[in-house]
Formats: sequence, structure tokens, C-alpha cells
Amino acid sequence: MQRLIETRELYTDFFTFEGVVKALNGVSIVVNQGETYGLVGESGCGKSVSVRSMMRIVQAPGKIVGGKILLFLSKEDREKGIDILKRSEAYMESIRGNDISMIFQEASTSLNPVLSIGYQVGESFLLHRLDEMLSETIDTLKGEIESGVNIFSRLWKSFQIGMFRNELESYLKYKRRVEEIDRRLYELEDSEDSESVSERNHLNRVRDRLSKKSGLVEFVEHFPVLRRYRKKLNKTVRKHIIMLLEELGVPNPHNIVDRYPHELSGGMQQRIVIAIALACHPTLLIADEPTSNLDVTIQAQIVDLIKLLKKTTISSVLFITHDLGLVAEICDRVTVMYAGDACETTSVTELFEKPLHPYTKGLLRAVPKIDSEGELETIPGTVPNLINPPTGCRFHPRCPHAMEICSKEKPPTVEYSAGHSVACFLYSEKKDM
Amino acid sequence: MAENLIDIRELKKYYPVHGGIFKRHIADIKAVDGVDLKIEKGECLGLVGESGCGKTTLGKTILRLHGATSGRIYFGQSEDIIERIESLLKSENPEERQEGEKLLRQHDLTRLSRKNLLPLRKKIQIVFQDPSNSLNPRMLVKAIIAEPLIAQRLMSGKDIEKRVLELLYTVGLAKEHMMRYPHEFSGGQRQRIAIARALATYPEFILMDEPTSALDVSVQAQILNLLKKLQDEFKLTYLFVTHHLLVVKHISNRIAVMYLGKMAELGPTAEIFDKPLHPYTKALLSAIPIPDPKTKMEKIILSGDVPNPINPPSGCRFHPRCKYAKDICREVEPKLEVAEGRHQVACHRWKEIS
Repeated sequence: MQRLIETRELYTDFFTFEGVVKALNGVSIVVNQGETYGLVGESGCGKSVSVRSMMRIVQAPGKIVGGKILLFLSKEDREKGIDILKRSEAYMESIRGNDISMIFQEASTSLNPVLSIGYQVGESFLLHRLDEMLSETIDTLKGEIESGVNIFSRLWKSFQIGMFRNELESYLKYKRRVEEIDRRLYELEDSEDSESVSERNHLNRVRDRLSKKSGLVEFVEHFPVLRRYRKKLNKTVRKHIIMLLEELGVPNPHNIVDRYPHELSGGMQQRIVIAIALACHPTLLIADEPTSNLDVTIQAQIVDLIKLLKKTTISSVLFITHDLGLVAEICDRVTVMYAGDACETTSVTELFEKPLHPYTKGLLRAVPKIDSEGELETIPGTVPNLINPPTGCRFHPRCPHAMEICSKEKPPTVEYSAGHSVACFLYSEKKDM
Repeated sequence: MAENLIDIRELKKYYPVHGGIFKRHIADIKAVDGVDLKIEKGECLGLVGESGCGKTTLGKTILRLHGATSGRIYFGQSEDIIERIESLLKSENPEERQEGEKLLRQHDLTRLSRKNLLPLRKKIQIVFQDPSNSLNPRMLVKAIIAEPLIAQRLMSGKDIEKRVLELLYTVGLAKEHMMRYPHEFSGGQRQRIAIARALATYPEFILMDEPTSALDVSVQAQILNLLKKLQDEFKLTYLFVTHHLLVVKHISNRIAVMYLGKMAELGPTAEIFDKPLHPYTKALLSAIPIPDPKTKMEKIILSGDVPNPINPPSGCRFHPRCKYAKDICREVEPKLEVAEGRHQVACHRWKEIS
């Protein structure tokens, strides 16, 4: 299996007034190409923080303090991957929404209430696919001129074409320059001598400052009448938005484009968020509890949509949820998380048939099932406070099989059988014997 | 057959919508639109449906947290009285109808005066959805649990403290939790406090308004077990409002499925899950994600959203999303009819579909 994104011993802390919240305690997970990967756990176990760290969008008091995040996107870097923690913010911007997109938990809060749906979906087209949009607009304009128009509109259209060509040129130039820098950075990645480190920092700074716009465009933008040449581009983008919304099964997309988020229902808002995420055909779609605020019937619609998209457009999905039912339904491989630790990683069938970690076992027994009778089994106690997490294995105070060593050392992750790894002393001991 | 604790007849609850310059009354949100429901003594009735279908409104109207628009709710009344009032109300004679109205004022929960309502209040309690919102952050746990006792003037002084302690033990908390504030507890513990408060006045009926939806799986199981234990111990009757079908399956004896202010299907839990009759129930059940990768049920995916309750569809309210809809469904509203034993369904075509 070809890896797509991998975290190695990732530590993320939140520096709050009460103390340092150790949200991630060395999380190592691997998402492969072409799979649906699940991240399960209770609230506060660090599922969201792990994916936010992967996208480098951990919020203010939080900080990634250790570990590596490797990205294997293009053919060249399939060998060793790009460590995105060493890259510039501008690099991340070119990745986010383009190669990796994210759907957030609450659609209503992740959409901007004062911007129309069309604007919000169109943003990613204009940011990552500007060249396509521009050349398409130029083509339509050319076609219009050929079909015969009067002299004034011919003049205006030629001006528009000129401007768009200029924009396209400077955008391509920007892209080429960025590629150059990225290639150089990739070469420098592993070397640690002072010269290459300073060159790396310099290149990252340069990349941050690069401008996509040419001087001419910036100049024209000062004139209100001339500025209107861009309307033609917006029309092209609008066409693409409508096509995209149609693909996602949004009814009446021509009308929806001009609406505002509050005018739509929860399920429809979530579809819009998915549309934004899919605008640039990402390689990886991260879905952070995309259905937890929706009703079951709407949830079924959205899950069905994600499944369908997985088959057609996107290569991999990273699906975060606390609902084991959903995991069983759509995931191929799963990692169970508890209090910032990745406890167990395995395929879905193995997880439900042969869970190894005591926490996974408890979790599976605590879920009401279709055919369950009588009392539910519970896990005693509650999720610990992560400012003062339990020492050693973070699950040991609630674990029925806790041993002496559990409170002293963090259990190593061992591969119990092929593709099934677990972090628990119960199994590492047995391996040794 | 068991005795009915609550008997709801033709209950309606409309929320007015005001608009225009003069804030005229322009429409109604028909949250609950003609619901008949009987809750038996000692049972746990699960009320399920999507958000906006009126399940919470129905529950809150039973508690009289909201006044009903019309309809009657009998709480703990004997069958004879209910039948007598109902027949009086239906009679042709205006005098008899007037007498019926008079009787209603003493027996109908929606028409009781404040004074007559007070003793009933202690028999009806509620546990809300989100315990972090339903507990006053500035009150000690002790004060929170004692509040209903004081308001009902059930006891005073030392007795209150004894009762609070007793309640804390029943819900699985300890003595040292008494002098703390709600923010010092986890979600599950807070919900335990809310349950203790509901139990304080020796209630007969507790409305559970999605008590576990804000909790994690492992804690949810603890609370569900606790609720079951309490029900056996104190002979309680629950109305369990939720959208989580597996939770309902676990805890309820009977299930009522609501759709857009109307009852769609009503029946014993096992029957509803094994043999759903209403197409909406079928879709709802097939949409549950089952925590077992091997059982792949065939999904019925409903198109569209729940319609707007201001202007509900004509006839059967489910017809725009129903794949079995025929002309009759668009025109005539189906009544809740007995399908088999205690299983009732409101659909014109349930016989053909099943």
C-alpha cells in the first residue's frame, strides 16, 4: 500500500491558564492511498486535534511540540515524503483545500454567514484553479468576438482578454517559481548543517512573500470601471460551481448559489461544505464528525454521498467519528484513540471481531446494539483530565487488566498480527515470552 | 391490560408566527398537530423522530412547560372519568357539553389552575438534554437537588439534607459531591445530578428529553443502566424522547414514531424493530449505522428534508418523501389504526407495502 499521510510520534500541547493540556501523546497513524480511514474515540481523546495538526490548523493556545508529519503526494516524494512541519505557511495554503480538504463538524459554523454560497464555494476555484478558470474565460471571450459584435463591445472584450492573459501569465510564473522553491526545499529537507538550514529558512520566507498578481492587474484594480473586467471570470466560476453542486445532488443549484447559509437546512449546509472541500478534487478528504449534528435520515444521505465520492473522485478519506456504527459502515481501517493515545489500529472487521486493547473491548460492549438485551457493560470512571494525565498508559486507572508496569511506562505499539497493532502491555509481554 | 398513567387526546400545540409592520399573526408552526397517545403505568415509552418533528414539544406540553393550543391530557385519571368526559364532550346537547367542559377544568392537565397543578407538578419531572445548561452554575449541588423539595414544601431543615444524601447515593454519587458546583463535574456526573433532582419529589412520571445525547458512549451506557435500575426500583414511568434509535431499543418497552407533528407508528419495541409498517419507520430504521461490519442492511435513503411545519404537506405528511405515495396519500390524511394487537400505524397503504 502506498502511504499518503503519516504522523510519527506527534505531540500537540495546549498552553492554557490552568496548565499545559497534553492533547496528543505521541500519535502515529498512517493513511494509505485509496482507503477510508477511521479515527474513533470519545470526546476529548484528541481525534480532532490530530487531524488539525495534520493540516497545521491547531488553534491559538495549541502548538505542535514534537513529531513529524509526512506527506506523500506527488510521484517524486513517494520515497521519503515531505515533512510539512518544516515547510512555510504558504506551502500549507497551497496544500489545504487543494490536495487535502476538510469538512468540519458543524456546517453552520464553518460557513461564513455574511457571504453567499456561490462566493464561498468559488473561493477555492479562484485560489487553486485560477489558471484553468482564466484560460476558459479567455476562450469564451474569443468565441464571442468571433461570433461578431459591435465595435465597442469588441474593444471591451479585447481589453478583458488582455487583462486575463496578463493574469494568467503572472499566475503561471508564480507557480513555476513556487515549484522551483519546493524542489530545492525538498532536496534540503534532511540536511541539518547550518548553511542548508539558513537557506531553507530563506526560501520559506521568499515563498511566503511571492505575489500572484502582476503590477498591471494591481494598477487596473484602482479604477472602478476597468475593474469590472473580472465579472467575466466570475461567470465562468459560477458555471463550475453550479456543475459541482449538481454533482453533489443539491436541488436547484442555480437558485442556491445566490443564497446565504442561514437559508439552508443542516443537511444542505453540510453538502455545501462538502462542495467547498471537493472543488479542487483533493487526494485526501478529512471529515471531522460530518454527521454528528444531523438526523439519522440526513446522516444516511451524507454518508452515502461520501461513499459515492470515495468511489468516483477522491482517493482517500479520513473519517473522524465517535459513532462505532458509522465506522462499521464506511471505514476500511480504524484507529481507536483514548486520551491522546492511539490505542489500537486495525481493519474494521478485526476491530469488531477481535478487539485487543481493553479500552476498545469496553467501548464495543458499551454501545447498545440491535440485538442487545439487559444491562449494558460499562467502563468505570471517566475520561481523565489531560492537564494531569495518568502516568504510563493513560487508560490504566479505568483498565480491568491494569498491571504494575502500566502506571509506570507508556506501552509501546506492537504489531500483534499483520495490520493489527496495539499499544498495551498485555500484548507486548506475550510477544517477548 | 395495564392502567394508563397519561392519556393524551387530540393534543395540538401551535406556535404563532408574527410578521409584517404590525407584527400581525400570519401563520402557525404546527409543532404538535393532533396527537393521541396513552402512556401506561410503569412502562418506558420511547418517542423518536427527526429534529423538528415535535417530540420535545409534545413532552414539554405534557409537563405544561408550554400551554397546549387545544386537546386534553389526563394524568392519573381513572378510565371511567375519562370516558365520561369524552362522551359528554361529544354529545349533541350543549348543556352536556358545558358540563364536560366544567369537568375538564378539574381533570385535564392543560386546563388545571395553578393551585390544582402544584400537587401534580411533583409527580411529573423532567431530565433535560444538556446537563451543563440545565444546572444552575451558581448553585451548590446540594441546593440544586433540594430546590424541588423546598418549592413543593415537602420537607425542611435536617430532613432535606438527609433526602439529598439519599438521592446522591441512589444515582451513584458520594457525600463529598454535595458541596460542589456543577462545573466541577464531568458530563455524566452532571446528568446524574439532574436525575437526582428529578427524583427528589418522588415522581411517578419522568420525561427524559434526550438525556444521553450530550454524553460519550462509555458514559451513556452508565446513565442508561442507571435509568433502568431506577425505573425498577421506584416504579417510574418514562417518556424517553430521543433520536438515537439504538438507545430507545435498549431502554423502551414501546416506541412511538413521530413525523412532523403527527404520530406515524406506535407499538411494542420488538415489533417496531422486527416488522416496521410505516414507510418512514422503515427508512429511519434502515438509516441506523449498525456497529457490526458484517450485517449490511439495505438502506432506504430518503430524499429531501423534513418539510416546514408552518405549511405541512396535504394529506399524509410523509408523502413527498415516500416512494409508495399514491393519490390518496396526497389528499386524505391517514388516521392511526390498529394493525395488530398493540401495534398502530398511520398509513393508507401499510397492508400493501408489507
